[in-house]
Amino acid sequence: MQKKQVYVYKAFERFWHWMQAILIFFLAFSGFEIHGSYTFFGFQDAVKYHNIAAYMLIVLIVFAIFWHFSTGEWRQYVPSFNNIAAQLNYYILGIFKNSPHPTKKTVLTKLNPLQKLTYFGLKILVIPVIVTSGLLYMLYRYPQRHGIEALNIESLELIAIIHTIAAFLLLSFIITHLYLITTGEKVTTNLKAMLTGYEELDEHNDEEKKSSSEKSE
Amino acid sequence: MRKIVLILAFFGLLILIAVGFFSQKDYEPTTLMKLKEKYSQKVNSSVDHSKFTSLQQNFSSPQQVTATCINCHNKRHVEVMQSNHWNWEREEYVEGRGIVYLGKKNAINNFCIGTQGNEQSCAKCHIGYGMTSEGMVYTDSTNVDCLVCHDNTETYVKDLEKGGAPVATLDFNAIAQSVGKPKLSNCGVCHFFGGGGNNVKHGDLDMAMFETTKDVDVHMGIDGAKLQCVDCHTTEKHNISGKVYSLSSMNLDRNTCEQCHTENPHDDNILNEHSIKVACQSCHIPTYAKANSTKMYWDWSTAGKLKDGEPYEEDDSLGNHTYLSIKGSFVWERNVVPDYIWFNGTASHYLEGDIIKDTTNPLVLNQLHGSYSDNESKIYPVKIHVANQPYDPVNKILIQPKLFAEKKGEGAFWKDFNWQTASEVGMKEANLPFSGKISFIKTEMYWPVNHMVATKENTLDCKSCHQRENSRLAGLNDFYMPGRDYSKIVEVTGVWMLILTLLGVLAHGAVRIALAVRSGKGKK
Repeated sequence: MQKKQVYVYKAFERFWHWMQAILIFFLAFSGFEIHGSYTFFGFQDAVKYHNIAAYMLIVLIVFAIFWHFSTGEWRQYVPSFNNIAAQLNYYILGIFKNSPHPTKKTVLTKLNPLQKLTYFGLKILVIPVIVTSGLLYMLYRYPQRHGIEALNIESLELIAIIHTIAAFLLLSFIITHLYLITTGEKVTTNLKAMLTGYEELDEHNDEEKKSSSEKSE
Repeated sequence: MRKIVLILAFFGLLILIAVGFFSQKDYEPTTLMKLKEKYSQKVNSSVDHSKFTSLQQNFSSPQQVTATCINCHNKRHVEVMQSNHWNWEREEYVEGRGIVYLGKKNAINNFCIGTQGNEQSCAKCHIGYGMTSEGMVYTDSTNVDCLVCHDNTETYVKDLEKGGAPVATLDFNAIAQSVGKPKLSNCGVCHFFGGGGNNVKHGDLDMAMFETTKDVDVHMGIDGAKLQCVDCHTTEKHNISGKVYSLSSMNLDRNTCEQCHTENPHDDNILNEHSIKVACQSCHIPTYAKANSTKMYWDWSTAGKLKDGEPYEEDDSLGNHTYLSIKGSFVWERNVVPDYIWFNGTASHYLEGDIIKDTTNPLVLNQLHGSYSDNESKIYPVKIHVANQPYDPVNKILIQPKLFAEKKGEGAFWKDFNWQTASEVGMKEANLPFSGKISFIKTEMYWPVNHMVATKENTLDCKSCHQRENSRLAGLNDFYMPGRDYSKIVEVTGVWMLILTLLGVLAHGAVRIALAVRSGKGKK
């Protein structure tokens, strides 16, 4: 089985990924300051920056959604339950014995089943929850005479707590995610791939890959 | 190529936003500029009272001056005599009580307690002459004291314990000819000294404000806008706007910051948004009693101690009385951080003769209403004055003692130092029952803090409230506030989840490294 450099992550995809990474780090950092966990920017600035970054993230997400649907890449995230056990098994045992990855990475299946499941959960649960609760948080108006009665929310409490829960979930995802970067072929393989777009993949399914990657180039 | 353009475009946009964002200059909002312009204009009086011959006559009594005023201003006395300033009461609708006439006449406070029976002394701050316990003063128009408010010489002084009459030696001609719009000093001579001394009652109205700087009060400072009281407390037909909730109950005729500064005075929308639930005063008056101390606690129960049969006083290092035989012991504070409460502009009061339902907790003499869920309520800063004052434990009513009399033997506490007789005489004069038993009860009064507004630089920052420890709003727990509040369960679970995740990946990584090292050695 020969190895070959394959163009896996497209330009927009990488840009989206790194922008999102920066924004989420920044949002988490400023967000937990607003939450009262520490002081860095000062409350007023933290709120200001957090809100700006939040809108930037939303814009980015809108673009990303458009990209995923127009390119059909969204299919990558449809969870499949095949090989989940094998993948888990790999992380718990196989990785220590230098066993090969149980699932083969190709341009059409960039994500292993566990990743699919996790990212699917992020995309349909955590991100929507954090964005929606965040928007409600920002656009929250006190139950007040000027507003529309039916849209009144009695208190910020529920919104804020849901937003916090989502933030904790996202943060623990990030910790895991950062670590799992190192579990590629070599420690730096995955990182390099996300930076350059190219990754060394097995040859045996390169026929269709080549054509598809050439197309999108 | 395409992706480079895309990335460049995006970062260009970012830089643009950043430059625009960080280069925002501190500019003065236009409303503030307009206000500064408005209040720096010189006002020229259309009339010179010194030219009127009728004011050049020899006045032998202040009543003569009033009669002369009425000769020309022949309806003004009617306005004055209909005002609460004159009547010491006004018609109020109070929830649960209906329509009541409420004022100094029948309310009980926790300073000098009440006016009933002590009118001759209290009248030093009544805008009339000839006050007696019988209340004759209220019907005679020549008893209207025009001069106390309109004297512009700043020499007019009321005499002590003379039912509101001025000092006899004043130059009434000079004073009468000087009359004009009330100055800060006209209001201040009474309102700075409420409660029997400088800054005793309000805490934010202090004789230092006769001539102060912006550091004490941004509006009245002579290095600032030099505003006079009546610039904000505008007056129509001698009804002065603005009221103090020691005696007011309804959300009417209030003076607000918004009347000049509009509802959206900040550049920052999030700050403007706060004004829905937070009164301007809460952030813009970080401390009160900035120049001189104010009374925070008054213990009547220690009053009456004598040294060699004579009353005495003890002072603290700042010259504040800490003990007076006639009044008891006091606690004073300076640069006080206000308490904060929800307040919707309505209040209910303890009035003479009201039965005290709960004698175990402090009795609130003027309950200010409000809560987070009430749309009309905002968070206001208040001074809470606490006292230990006499009450009748059998009838469960506060005692209105007779405090003042001209001579000994009439039962007045300030002459005879006897609670028993002072209470008997006082309650009789107030037409209230008295069982003969005297006890003391803790009472509280809430004084909204409205003056001593700080400069922009000294305004509270977000952290003063939006923080977990020592939040200024730590006492207001009926709502969720970012930065202060969090769910304990979520916090603990969340933090542990992060810790365990971190430990998990570290352990996983450590095992991998260990194995890699071992296999590396093995290969060798």
